[in-house]
Amino acid sequence: MIEYIQILGQEVYKILFLLIPILVSVAMVVWLDRRVWGLVQKRRGPNVVGPFGLFQTIADALKYIFKEIIIPASANKVVFILAPIVTMTLALVAWAVIPISEDLVLSDINVGILYLFAVSSLGVYGIIMGGWASNSKYPFLGAIRSAAQMVSYEVSIGIIIINVLLCVGSLNLKDIVLAQKELWYVVPLFPMFVIFFISALAETNRPPFDLPEAEAELVAGYQTEYSGMMYAMFWLGEYANILLMCAMGTILFLGGWLPIIDIYPLNIIPAPFWMIAKILFLFLLFALIKAIVPRYRYDQLMRLGWKIFLPFSLVYLILTASFLFYFDKLPKVGI
Amino acid sequence: MIVHSIFFYFFSIIAIFSSLMVITSRSTINSVFFLILDFISVGCLFIMVGAEFLGMILLIVYVGAVAVLFLFVVMMLNVAEQKQSWFIGKKSTHIPTGLIVSVLILLELLVVVGGWKYKEDVMSSSTLIMSDISNTHQLGLVMYTDYILYFQLAGIVLLLAMIGAILLTFRERVGVKKQSYINQISRSPSTAIELKEVRSNQGVKIDD
Repeated sequence: MIEYIQILGQEVYKILFLLIPILVSVAMVVWLDRRVWGLVQKRRGPNVVGPFGLFQTIADALKYIFKEIIIPASANKVVFILAPIVTMTLALVAWAVIPISEDLVLSDINVGILYLFAVSSLGVYGIIMGGWASNSKYPFLGAIRSAAQMVSYEVSIGIIIINVLLCVGSLNLKDIVLAQKELWYVVPLFPMFVIFFISALAETNRPPFDLPEAEAELVAGYQTEYSGMMYAMFWLGEYANILLMCAMGTILFLGGWLPIIDIYPLNIIPAPFWMIAKILFLFLLFALIKAIVPRYRYDQLMRLGWKIFLPFSLVYLILTASFLFYFDKLPKVGI
Repeated sequence: MIVHSIFFYFFSIIAIFSSLMVITSRSTINSVFFLILDFISVGCLFIMVGAEFLGMILLIVYVGAVAVLFLFVVMMLNVAEQKQSWFIGKKSTHIPTGLIVSVLILLELLVVVGGWKYKEDVMSSSTLIMSDISNTHQLGLVMYTDYILYFQLAGIVLLLAMIGAILLTFRERVGVKKQSYINQISRSPSTAIELKEVRSNQGVKIDD
């Protein structure tokens, strides 16, 4: 029995070792987001708390912790409290399978990419639960919008993942990265990378697809009734999700922890550095797009998802499959 | 092994408890939430047995898509709390039907399990786990070779169901202005601007 407790202790230690950096980097990334947003609009952005304003998010989080949590009288209390917890937990749980380097991964499972896909498709529950339990009109409208939006864009993300999997021949995230040793998939599958990026924006409710919380139409969407720590949890979960999508894009298309070219000065830089740099690069694109693109109209959003992305990625899937088949490059499975 | 069985009992107790709550809880929303919990714990059981692909697909398809639609419908219909009379002791008309259906399902299960036992060349699940290729590869090797016809047929049935549902709910609205993206994009200054000679006291019509 003592053995099991020891193993359990080790696991808890490992999980903390993963979670605390993620939470800290979420805080830093929020700062980066606001900073980029400010720079694009010729403002300074947060620059007062700490050096370059780095501690702004921590100050904000402290403020949220000490605020009173208000629960509407007509809300369904259990679901209302559960919703931010679900969002936050799901956003953090997905990180268990992300390989930071070849041996720095919490759990190396065979169906890693499916696990990621499943967890990101569960993310919609936090939003629906929050919107419904608030028992108020704007949150409910926001929840309905976001449910439809996330379900739609998951479809095209699924097909894009199939595209990559066809080239790899394995569902393991490590294998996916190692298969890109010669050529990152962003080169042959560039259109898919673009579509993946846009779908990731829609999946995480980022501008220009932030219709669930469109402040001009819906006050703040599903989080209108939330306050204090519960709002902060929604907010942290959202950013953890964005980072997760960036990590997913890095693993699927940008070659994970692999250096740009495998030559001397580049390959002595440790692998986690490359991974983090690529995630940050994608996040920077996310932040820039938030600042420069206006919000989509809802019917345009649906049209883009169903009538453009879905057929296009299906056609590209057929193209990829035929190419691999014709040139006899389909990955072989040991039988 | 002891940890394995602890986990097994943990997930199966949650699964059974939540499936009971699906049919006994008073508000329909809670029923749907318990259904989701049930799906998740059954998915975990699948993964524990070594069928990781099935477990993940269960999560993606049922929890990620089907249950979302359930939740959607229940929320939109705004069904208030149901008064379940059979708790309190009044007579309910649902019990006989429910009993018949559940007895039928039990019989079917018995037949299936019985038939499985006497089938000759059944691979035991342990050989599947022992072999060195992964669960997903094994499924693919079987599904796209021996059972390709059934696989494709299942797909076509689903497609037909989808087309049917769309056809049933489709209605063409008249008098609605639609945005034509092709027309908008292909506009050029020469077609977009039109010069009209306006005669005094007569004006022009610009709306056609």
